Amino acid sequence: MGDRMCLGIPGEIIEIRQDRPDLATVAVSGVKRAINIGLLADDPPLPGDWVLIHVGFALSKIDEDEAAAAMEFLEDIGQSYVDEVAALRESDID
Amino acid sequence: MRFVDEFRDASTARALAAKISKLCEPGRHYKFMEVCGGHTHTIYKHGLEDYLPDNITLVHGPGCPVCVIPMGRVDDAIHIARQPGVLMTSFGDMMRVPGSDGNFFDSNAAGTNIRMVYSPLDSLKIARQHPDLHVVFMAIGFETTAPSTAMTVLRAAEEGIDNFSVFCNHVTIIPAIKAILDSPDLRLDGFLGPGHVSTVIGCRPYEFIARDHGKPVVVAGFEPLDILQSIYLLMRQLRQGRAEVENQYARVVPWDGNPVALRAINAVMEPRPYFEWRGLGFISHSAMRMRDRYAGLDAERRFDLPGVRVADPKACQCGEVLKGVLKPWECKVFGTACTPETPIGTCMVSPEGACAAYYNFGRFDRRRVREVSRA
Ligand code: SF4
Repeated sequence: MGDRMCLGIPGEIIEIRQDRPDLATVAVSGVKRAINIGLLADDPPLPGDWVLIHVGFALSKIDEDEAAAAMEFLEDIGQSYVDEVAALRESDID
Repeated sequence: MRFVDEFRDASTARALAAKISKLCEPGRHYKFMEVCGGHTHTIYKHGLEDYLPDNITLVHGPGCPVCVIPMGRVDDAIHIARQPGVLMTSFGDMMRVPGSDGNFFDSNAAGTNIRMVYSPLDSLKIARQHPDLHVVFMAIGFETTAPSTAMTVLRAAEEGIDNFSVFCNHVTIIPAIKAILDSPDLRLDGFLGPGHVSTVIGCRPYEFIARDHGKPVVVAGFEPLDILQSIYLLMRQLRQGRAEVENQYARVVPWDGNPVALRAINAVMEPRPYFEWRGLGFISHSAMRMRDRYAGLDAERRFDLPGVRVADPKACQCGEVLKGVLKPWECKVFGTACTPETPIGTCMVSPEGACAAYYNFGRFDRRRVREVSRA
């Protein structure tokens, strides 16, 4: 689980939690999960934006092309990516 | 997806390689260090060295946070995990890092409870759910991960959670680069700057490398073509007699980094006077510890740590690999006594470590065979 902590995974913001503006639901390869967007407080993402997710936090906003490129890179590295998404799936942030 | 295809295009790679070749001065040898383990991974995975002219060598730097954790810190973590009522958490990468008496899995077999988590926030949640236990998060990583730890500490403080603490092992990239620049056995011509660390710290912290050491730095993305393009930019600077910081990865890395993340780190942590790096020894101001204000959430203050310095195993040449003095396969135990299943040194543990990256992709082309036979 989480065998490559340096990996950033791109995710698409689905919604910002009404009660907790520092939390957002993102979709990563069909997995929907809560992540923390507090580090982007200066310029908060909106639904439809793509972010680079690192250990449960959105670290930066990225454009959709970059997301696609990063995704392909990740899928290409195989098992580490599968593990990372599995880890994200098990992650339980609030 | 056109963008991706462009990135993957082998003919673009060859065209770039040709442009790089043209910039080489005859008879000169160029050595560039890629600081980040993610770059090392891409370089081996795609055999990028095969595209480059023979007189350009890439050396793999210390940018794998797991690889640089010294044995003594693993022992300290296990010591904490052995205290009654403690549940220790860390990233999956840490589980197989050898301490002087085995790794976390061995320790669990002997009765400790060390769990992998995806995020420090998962640790905090475990603490909320288990008020009867004290949950320690072993924090590791460069500036990419430190903001997440800091945000988690801030949250724990806000909620007043007192059965949670952080065993802080965050390291900082700039002092490590300084140590490498000062190391007499290594002469480098330039650096590929780390991509994700730079999303946090930005590009300015590298300016001293250009200004004081006269060496170019190009912050690089992780695609094969990103790396080739960055090498091209380094070569062009050398050719034009410039030494500057350039940002090849501007589509992700803002020049000034992420100010919110920097503020969070700074609120919670302060530099340690010095910290030991596996293989590199003690480097001043190269790691972060928790500030006094968060003493209650600092595992180092809540538990008495043995803090014993443990020498690296004799056979281990990770220090040379981390400084880029040796290539992984030049270590005597590489692939024999030391494999990802039975790592002796840390560079074999994480897939970002140079030894593991090299082992996993096992590329043995013409040039490397030559280098091996020369070694
Ligand atoms: S082969 Fe093993 S011991 Fe040798 S440098 Fe690599 S990780 Fe260290």
